[in-house]
Amino acid sequence: MLNFFLLILIYTCIYALMAIGQNVITGYTGMLSMCQAGFFAIGSYATAILCTKFGWSFWATLPVSIGVSALFGFLIGLPTLRLKGDYLAIATLGFGEIVRNVLNNWDSLTNGPMGIQGIPMATIFGKKINPYTKVGFLILCVAFVLVAYFLFQRLARSRMGRALEAIREDEIAAASTGINITKYKVVAFMLGAGVAGVAGSLQAVFNLSVTPGTYTFMVSVIVLCMIVLGGMGNFFAAIFGSFIIQLISYFPQLTGLSSVFPPQFKQILFGLILVVMMIWRPQGILGRKEHLYGQDRKGGAR
Amino acid sequence: MSVSEFFQHFMNGLTLGGIYALIALGYTMVYGILKFINFAHGDILMVGAYVGLFTYNALRGDASLGAWTVISFFIAMAVAMVACGGLGVVIERVAYRPLRHAARLAPLLSAIGVSFMLSNSAAWAFGTQSRKFDYPFDNTPINIKGVIITPHQIMILAVAAVMMVALALFVDKTRMGKAMRATSIDQDTAMLMGINVDRVISLTFAVGSALAATGGILIALDFKAYPSMGMMTGLKAFVAAVVGGIGNIQGAMLGGIILGLLETFGVAVLGIPTGMKDTIAFGVLILILLIKPEGILGHAEKEKV
Repeated sequence: MLNFFLLILIYTCIYALMAIGQNVITGYTGMLSMCQAGFFAIGSYATAILCTKFGWSFWATLPVSIGVSALFGFLIGLPTLRLKGDYLAIATLGFGEIVRNVLNNWDSLTNGPMGIQGIPMATIFGKKINPYTKVGFLILCVAFVLVAYFLFQRLARSRMGRALEAIREDEIAAASTGINITKYKVVAFMLGAGVAGVAGSLQAVFNLSVTPGTYTFMVSVIVLCMIVLGGMGNFFAAIFGSFIIQLISYFPQLTGLSSVFPPQFKQILFGLILVVMMIWRPQGILGRKEHLYGQDRKGGAR
Repeated sequence: MSVSEFFQHFMNGLTLGGIYALIALGYTMVYGILKFINFAHGDILMVGAYVGLFTYNALRGDASLGAWTVISFFIAMAVAMVACGGLGVVIERVAYRPLRHAARLAPLLSAIGVSFMLSNSAAWAFGTQSRKFDYPFDNTPINIKGVIITPHQIMILAVAAVMMVALALFVDKTRMGKAMRATSIDQDTAMLMGINVDRVISLTFAVGSALAATGGILIALDFKAYPSMGMMTGLKAFVAAVVGGIGNIQGAMLGGIILGLLETFGVAVLGIPTGMKDTIAFGVLILILLIKPEGILGHAEKEKV
């Protein structure tokens, strides 16, 4: 039971990193990206491939995984960020699917649908962090979340954070006050992608194997659900939302009622959460009214 | 590539494109009026395929192929169209209408939620295995001078053509179609002219979803019916709508056929591996958005402050 709760907390942390990234992209900048799963996958595979094929340590792969994810964030961002919200959602969704497609088909590098097994455990000061005992791994994950939280909290209070919020509220007004929209949007996208890459690396050393089946569109929707539930534009809410969603995901197993609930129970519930939250509490549980999703549909102030 | 090979690929691409076009019409009609992407459209297609499948099997019983199977197939198609039309109206009423004046991303997020609920409810209710949809007629290919055409392909072209002509007539010639066009140009003014905008929007969803149902059934005949079938097909149909110019009905038809041809020729001529076929559509999407974001037949709109 305790073990199970630790598992939930570990996944909370891994997903919280992705949710923090999504929050920068969607909550602060107002761009609906749907490819956190893609960056998550890129981070995981970067760590998995470098660890197994080149014998790197987990820590050495981390900057690479951030860098590669951010690079893909840049590559997908540059052409698509000129798009309005709806187009961006579809284009990024497509990108997420392409990543999975490539992982499934590029046998020589990714070993196709079989995935990569036998990833070595992460070590710290020569001590192995064994994911099976969980406590040590949880501490590692919490450390990552705390670092990410404080860094992004600093970012949000900086000149850049204010610029991102200005872009979310009104792009044209932001541009006319001299904010370089494209630059800030691309940087926000790269940051969101990079932190999802870190989550991917953690996932790789937690499961000690990676398969393309882990990185489906569902992951992106779950991450989106987390920040919608917690509240947009608030990093603590992203972590909180992540915890709630993980709790819901494992609720059937936690209560020992997994035979009662159908396997699709949680996905149906996530869909319902998105609809219900949008209608009755669009600012999320912890959000504030002013942190909504960009300008009004007519383009004016709310 | 010989002439007959070319026509073979052309035929395959055309039929695939016909299906994309049918589905793309739903995206484009909704976008034309509400300026948002109905993300759940792909899953409505899946529901249509299942309703059609169950109705057809129930009507057919164990009759052998003949006139009755064809008749029951078309009855099943009609039933699926009505059911999906109703479903589309209900979804709009419950999940989109309360958000009509909400922030820009709200309806889109709500639509993603609906899509997720539909596909997973279907997986729960019908199981995740794929179900075969039997051809209601003898699907022996016909060989015309080296070009092999199946009766199913002929039916796809016929159904798609009938639906599109009917839709074009409806939008261009009827009073309701006129109201629809007026609403898509300016919702507020249309309301002032006495048009019941809520009704027009409901109707748009009904028509778009009914077309999706036919598309779903036509796909299920070739590729079986399964709960997640709507996602990829829906995305591609959306790409088709963007290629043609979203919000533009002729554009959706053109875009669908262009995408179908590109996919078929991409695999056959450029040698793109079949596993990577799905990436063609997204490559096309990104390319068109870079070169001509308003689509082939669309008009560029200046953003107003």
